[in-house]
Amino acid sequence: MVFSSRLFLRCVLAVLALLLALPVLTVLFSWAQWNDASASILAEMASTVLPDYVGTSLLLCALVSVGVISMGTVSAAAVTLFDFPMRRSLEWALLLPLAMPAYVVAYAYTDYLQFSGPLQTGIRAAFGLEGRVFPEVRNVWGAACVFTLALYPYVYLLARTALSERANHLMEAARLLGAPLSRRILRVALPLARPAIAAGTALALMETLADFGVSSYFGIQTFTAGIYKAWLVMDNRIAAAQLATLLLIVVVVLLAAEQRAQSRLRFSSARVDRHGSESQPLKLQGAAAAFVWTLCVLPVLCGFVLPVLFMFRALLQGDGVMDLPWSRFVQWSVTSLSLGGMTALLAVGAALLLAAQARLHPNWLTRQAMGVVSLGYAVPGAVIVVGLLLPVGWVQATWPQSGVGFWLTATVLGLVWAYLVRFVAVALQSVQSGYARVPASLDDSARMLGTSGLSLVRRVHWPLLKKPLAAATLLVLVDVMKELPATLVLRPFNTDTLAIMAYQLARDERLGEAALPSLALVLVGLLPVILLSRTLRRN
Amino acid sequence: MRSTLTVLSLAISAVSAGLFSASALADEQVINLYSARHYPTDEALYSDFTKATGIKINRVDSDDAGIIARLKAEGTASPADVILLVDAARLWKGEVDGMFLPIKSKTLETAIPSQLRSKPTDDGTAWFGLSTRARVVVYDKLKVKREDVDTYEELADPKNKGKLCIRSGSHPYNLSLFGAMTEHLGPAATEVWLKGMVDNMARAPKGGDTDQIKAVASGECGIAVTNTYYLARLMRSTNPAEKAVAERVGVVFPNQQSWGTHVNVAGGAVARYSKNQANAVKFLEYLVSPEAQNHFANGNNEWPVVKGMKLDNPALKAMTGGNFKSELVPISAVGMNQIKVQQMLDRVGFK
Repeated sequence: MVFSSRLFLRCVLAVLALLLALPVLTVLFSWAQWNDASASILAEMASTVLPDYVGTSLLLCALVSVGVISMGTVSAAAVTLFDFPMRRSLEWALLLPLAMPAYVVAYAYTDYLQFSGPLQTGIRAAFGLEGRVFPEVRNVWGAACVFTLALYPYVYLLARTALSERANHLMEAARLLGAPLSRRILRVALPLARPAIAAGTALALMETLADFGVSSYFGIQTFTAGIYKAWLVMDNRIAAAQLATLLLIVVVVLLAAEQRAQSRLRFSSARVDRHGSESQPLKLQGAAAAFVWTLCVLPVLCGFVLPVLFMFRALLQGDGVMDLPWSRFVQWSVTSLSLGGMTALLAVGAALLLAAQARLHPNWLTRQAMGVVSLGYAVPGAVIVVGLLLPVGWVQATWPQSGVGFWLTATVLGLVWAYLVRFVAVALQSVQSGYARVPASLDDSARMLGTSGLSLVRRVHWPLLKKPLAAATLLVLVDVMKELPATLVLRPFNTDTLAIMAYQLARDERLGEAALPSLALVLVGLLPVILLSRTLRRN
Repeated sequence: MRSTLTVLSLAISAVSAGLFSASALADEQVINLYSARHYPTDEALYSDFTKATGIKINRVDSDDAGIIARLKAEGTASPADVILLVDAARLWKGEVDGMFLPIKSKTLETAIPSQLRSKPTDDGTAWFGLSTRARVVVYDKLKVKREDVDTYEELADPKNKGKLCIRSGSHPYNLSLFGAMTEHLGPAATEVWLKGMVDNMARAPKGGDTDQIKAVASGECGIAVTNTYYLARLMRSTNPAEKAVAERVGVVFPNQQSWGTHVNVAGGAVARYSKNQANAVKFLEYLVSPEAQNHFANGNNEWPVVKGMKLDNPALKAMTGGNFKSELVPISAVGMNQIKVQQMLDRVGFK
């Protein structure tokens, strides 16, 4: 009986891994379909634009890494290790930019700051100036700023969870041993948060690499732009998929580096922390409090408050806003939330299953499956769509009666599938970084006491993983609500989301009208952010 | 945490039931529409059709490439009846890939000029143009002389150095224009022309057409390429700042003395595996009715395709007096040039 249930579980996991890996495998399989047309397109691109794409993508990734690591870590350390005015509010306010899609941040800033925007026009008029007052917003540096502001919450959220669990009492111990504050932060707190920081940065970089919205609007030539060009302009899906494999290699290197960093450190201690008087954050006053407060306010101001104000301005001055079908806003919001919620629960469930399997029965196959599933996040949404549509199209053509093509697009199945391919990796990162902090000795003790398998996961791991799981649910939910390429192509009839409406209007260059669904998206995205932020604190 | 999850799962199950049932498509009096049009004003177009015929429209808006990818994967199981795309080269590609069901309709053939629909075969016509937008040049009335931008060729003339603003060369609007130019000038001269434009740019290509117009109005560039649709919208805006932008720029319909101004064609077709063919044809025929064409022209600032349509749009009228000479390059040629053009753009560094 025990054997058969274990076998069943393995089968479920195998099917799950296969379903999640399908688009990535399709992309890899593209090399087997090598033909002259795709070869000539790749050769032509390699001799003209590819080196530029690679250089731009690498520069962008380097800048975004520096940005999200510093912004995310500093703010996470500040709110968990110190006490200062408004700390409680800032603790959740720092998550607010999570509700803002990067492309909306890009639209908002560009509209306001560009040459023809109100700020520069106003300054030119006021001082009788001519020409450019500020540097161009729409370039690699501007894009790096936008991504940093939109993506630092990944690092913040995961690092804060890691730090709040055990940093304080270890910091206290270090203080008692005479270590000064800077040393306590650098030698105790940050190494503790390192897997979480690495995981958050990996997520931010994968999101950056897969982005199309910001880079196409800013006219910067990233590698993903090349993939889209091969697919949409050259109409060659094989060449696009082949280019995507190069992107995958970069991501494999990223993930491997991150795992190597993790494996060198021993993050778990045998003791599970309890909150007590000894783990109170350090109270700051005067200039120190003001400094830390400013460090925490800036990301919220630049990543949330200002873009929202700019959008409000666009909305108030926008033309044709009253023509929008207002009554459908509720419907779009509900669709966004429900698609996000449904996917979040499924993704977190799948991630927990996979991570638990890797923890309990680590073997080569499990590691490979996890690796391939993790790649999904870095694959641009449109490539996932191609990776899903190609094999499904083949099944449909071979067995026309199966109707699989219909089920893929006429119901939410295909869409949720595509979401899972992309976002189980997000949940997995969070769950794995949570697992890294659960000491292996707890598993051994539980086994000695006769608990193993799923029961071990339920009774020992689950209570310890609640926070990372909650964080994972939040990340996936908000990510799905913001997702564009897959939603655009795979959603069933009459199922528009807020992200789709914002994108459609912005694509039609109606920024004033796009501001409304964008703001609604932010508002709806705030609900889970606040809800789960409270949950995190309570736990 | 538990209560959060309970609330979420309740909401999800309630709504997912709705999502699934929304796709339980009724057999009668319905058309399933895949549309690359994404204009809020189209809502009225669709609801008018439903009011007039009782036929309900199920709709998915996406971009052209997404629609074509979706159709390919769905194959014979596709629920699509009507497909609306906004670029002629893509319509041609859809035809070549066998996505469309050729149809015979006297109404459509009479209403739409032959160069704005696909070449008829014995089975019928594969797609029909329903509206057009001209690709024009706007210029800074204070700093640029109109006669310096009379033709597309002059965009690459050294006299316009440092003045040009244009959106990404890979955008379908530009790819189609450059594809048509390849037909007029030949590939070698077109590549020289593209290189000349790169040399003349005031800034690297970025943003949409409205951004280019605003860049001219603010003095960032002297000339820009845009679709009439975006300019007309600014001209008709109730926002004084947007109106001022439109007033600052002049507009030229290029090449009126030679082959005419390039137009982007938006059009429609019946899907290859449509299960509601009669309704689908009815819908396409409705789109060339005076009401629908009036909607394209006055509601959405596009040029109607039906000959003899009275144009009530003040912005479109103001631009040309209501009429202009448009280019007659075969759309199939423009479509076929697309890859060639993209490779030229890559070679000359046109982003």
